Amino acid sequence: MDKFFTAVRLQEDLCKGCINCIKRCPTQAIRVRKGKAVITKEFCIDCGECIRICPHHAKLAVYDPLSILEDYEYTVALPAPALYGQFNNLEDVNIVLTALKKFGFHDVYEVSGAAELVSELSRKYLEEQEQKMPFISTACPSVVRLIRVRFPGLLEHLLPIKAPVDLAAALAREKAVKETGLPAEKIGIIFISPCPAKVSAVKNPLGYSKSEVDGVIAIKDIYPRLISLMKEVEEKQQIENLAISGKIGISWGGTGGEAGGLLTDNYLAADGIENVIRVLEDLEDQKISSLEFIELNACNGGCVGGVLTVENPFVAKVKLIRLRKYMPVACNHLDGSEVKHWEWNREVNYEPVFKLSEDLQESITMLAKVEELCEKFPGLDCGSCGAPTCKALAEDVVRGVAGEQDCIHILRQYIHRLSDEISKFDN
Amino acid sequence: MSKNIQLNYQVSAEDFTRAGEASSDVKSKLKQMGVNPEIIRKVAIAMYEGEINMVIHAQGGAIQVTLSPEEVHMVLKDKGPGIPDIELAMQAGYSTAPDKVRSLGFGAGMGLPNMKKYSDVMNIETELGIGTTVTMTVKIQ
Ligand code: SF4
Ligand code: SF4
Repeated sequence: MDKFFTAVRLQEDLCKGCINCIKRCPTQAIRVRKGKAVITKEFCIDCGECIRICPHHAKLAVYDPLSILEDYEYTVALPAPALYGQFNNLEDVNIVLTALKKFGFHDVYEVSGAAELVSELSRKYLEEQEQKMPFISTACPSVVRLIRVRFPGLLEHLLPIKAPVDLAAALAREKAVKETGLPAEKIGIIFISPCPAKVSAVKNPLGYSKSEVDGVIAIKDIYPRLISLMKEVEEKQQIENLAISGKIGISWGGTGGEAGGLLTDNYLAADGIENVIRVLEDLEDQKISSLEFIELNACNGGCVGGVLTVENPFVAKVKLIRLRKYMPVACNHLDGSEVKHWEWNREVNYEPVFKLSEDLQESITMLAKVEELCEKFPGLDCGSCGAPTCKALAEDVVRGVAGEQDCIHILRQYIHRLSDEISKFDN
Repeated sequence: MSKNIQLNYQVSAEDFTRAGEASSDVKSKLKQMGVNPEIIRKVAIAMYEGEINMVIHAQGGAIQVTLSPEEVHMVLKDKGPGIPDIELAMQAGYSTAPDKVRSLGFGAGMGLPNMKKYSDVMNIETELGIGTTVTMTVKIQ
């Protein structure tokens, strides 16, 4: 698998070459060239900001179609906790879970159930590895990718524990094999995801070699039919008792939920990719000290605000809070050796994708050229050249992928000069 | 074209919101150069402390940074009151920061000690009533 696999793509025929996405991308991964947006996948962190902003709906996420259910003899749905925040007046998650079975899944396994185990594993880990504090959450794959390309000094602080979805997948498969007697490969473990970042994390995990998840579908794709199935389940009072999690697990769907499960006050939780970057910058400079845990979510509000969800993130968060009100604190506990392979088994390395050259001297020469070009450009960051800022264009020129005259202001000066010269000839 | 690159920054007085802009810019340039993360961290911390010092004690100043393949050289110059007792100022925890500043979480007295700790060579020239110039060098190779 390509180590820079990302799940965000451009649908070219819809792209009008407007500059909305280049302005929003937090890693400056997008340029407009020849009237179409181009994503440099090495820079992309799958945050989905460009999907949110594109007025022409030309950015999309790749994930599996609902027909993936037909590829397996037996399927288990893994609903992300963020799913529960999408519905109005939901009082019992069992309605959602039963509806998922009606939808065509043979069984369901709540990711929030595994999240409670991850909370407990994290608590232990934090206690044992105190010297490596503060730990940075690794539940949002977008954040992990960002750290990998931009904050090398923070890699050692990543909490090396698998995301709840991966633990849930392993447990769900184990259960399905036991119950059906089918060989493991005939069982499809399908994650219902709030975002493209989690799609990439399944296809190409960071921190471990292979994910147990077989397919990923989007919350927004399953939503319309699920609503009507839920109504049916409720009307006919056919609600099955399938839920396995409590407050701690469900809370993972919104910001601060993971931190809450650690039962410490000494944490920081930030959401929204711009805010996340600011926190990481400050952490890198050691401006924030003596914290135990840092929870970072690329999306506003946390996963309830994922780009593949439907509800307003802040409304969804309120709904989650209401829903968990009468739940027990946690329903899952570690007892002995029940959970296997929960720890990362692979190092996450720094990928210096923003490096200008392999050679230090050459990089310096290039940097000097960038500075020089920045002086020359008008500093308007107008985006007409297809780069988000004048500085980004300068870097593109130095990298050899754009020309100075892509700047319309430089071009205009050039044309003026040219016409002056020509008029001299005329006289 | 010269072998090195020189960068100039102005640090404005009493503006905590902007302190850190210079070190942040240098940091991103070092990343573009592909410098070892550990060295970037040293430069970032040393320089940020310097910026904060300028804001707290000296009503701003100017920073000049020279990047070469061998080292990062920083000259932080201010026209502040000067440091009466350098040895004392170098002690961890010693601070003359006013309460207003401390209440913001700065002025813990780690500025100069941290600058020394994270740079390979540091030199302070100070004259009372005239100003202070701190030079720091962090080796890249
Ligand atoms: S997903 Fe995020 S990082 Fe990737 S191109 Fe879109 S805005 Fe940029
Ligand atoms: S915050 Fe959650 S939904 Fe958003 S990118 Fe991260 S993992 Fe995905």
